[in-house]
Amino acid sequence: MTISFQINGQAKSMDIEDGNTPLLWVIRDMLNHKGTKFGCGKAACGACTLLIDGEAVRSCSYAVKFAAGKSITTIEGLGNKENPHPVQQAWIEEIVPQCGYCQPGFMMATAALLEKIPQPTDEDIDKNIINVCRCGTYYRMRKAIHKAAQIKAESIDPINS
Amino acid sequence: MKKRLHFSLLFLGLVIFGFGLASSTGYNTYYVSETDSVENASSSEAFDKMMQVLTHERCVNCHPNDNVPKQGADSHPHYFGITRGDENMGYQATNCATCHQSENNDYSGVPGAPEWSLAPDKMKWEGLSRVEIAKSMMDAERNGGRTPEETLHHLTEHELVLWAWNPGLDANGNLREVPPVPKDEYIAAVKEWFENGAVIPSE
Ligand code: FES
Ligand code: FES
Repeated sequence: MTISFQINGQAKSMDIEDGNTPLLWVIRDMLNHKGTKFGCGKAACGACTLLIDGEAVRSCSYAVKFAAGKSITTIEGLGNKENPHPVQQAWIEEIVPQCGYCQPGFMMATAALLEKIPQPTDEDIDKNIINVCRCGTYYRMRKAIHKAAQIKAESIDPINS
Repeated sequence: MKKRLHFSLLFLGLVIFGFGLASSTGYNTYYVSETDSVENASSSEAFDKMMQVLTHERCVNCHPNDNVPKQGADSHPHYFGITRGDENMGYQATNCATCHQSENNDYSGVPGAPEWSLAPDKMKWEGLSRVEIAKSMMDAERNGGRTPEETLHHLTEHELVLWAWNPGLDANGNLREVPPVPKDEYIAAVKEWFENGAVIPSE
């Protein structure tokens, strides 16, 4: 079957044999975007989190057929070196990653959170950011999430927003 | 589940005279039998069959009494600290749909069905007896304002309810357990119970 969607602003049409193929496989192995990680394959760790129409989704447990007509954002599309997303900027400033493997998933989950709750409390973070980091960078992540909220708030142009 | 229609409290007259279900006027809820008469035998058999399903963990896991969804045949609390949230769907950025889609995912072992969510808090069934569950589901105050017809529809046609017979594979690749009564038999029993006046036997 042919499945069409947008990924990081680009339209793609993919020939897919099995519509139940996890979106994660398509993104990593067919589209070669390696930023989204495979951790557990069971929707348990969050390493594969990306955004679909702005909502955080665990792509290892998301059949590619459901992505038809939708807009996907991966860590590669969140921002870039010249123009980082507030979450990326905060992550750099707080030097969050250790091995780094889990980080894109956390960053995507955080990007989704800040769209819903611009100034999350620690409790909001505890409830919404439930990914797993084997290196235990949770403490720095929490600081970075608060910093990202601050950067995002400051970057909103009060005249044009 | 999201339907929020209204129906009345007990309409005793109808109940006493055994008229059974009222029409779509929406009056009437249920009739609690004080004796096990011969006439009630078939209705009570239907009730037994229906309740074997409604007390099964496939149903009760999503009708918790503590805002925590349950998982598995042992009804353990949902992993990862998931709780009800404001709208029965988890939290703002991490909610049911972060992991559960409209179909089972047999690659990951994550179950799914349309409108995947917890039953609202008022519909808590966990820990209740079968009679208490039946009273709760027929009580407009606790069943989301459903008329008996709407309750019948929920029990026999709602895709999320019928998912119980197609629960897919778990994270270890094993088939999840289905309720102890086959789907068609269950649907027939529910219809029979409603047609016979939705008689809830005494405890
Ligand atoms: S790889 Fe998807 S949640 Fe772990
Ligand atoms: S930084 Fe190593 S797993 Fe999170």
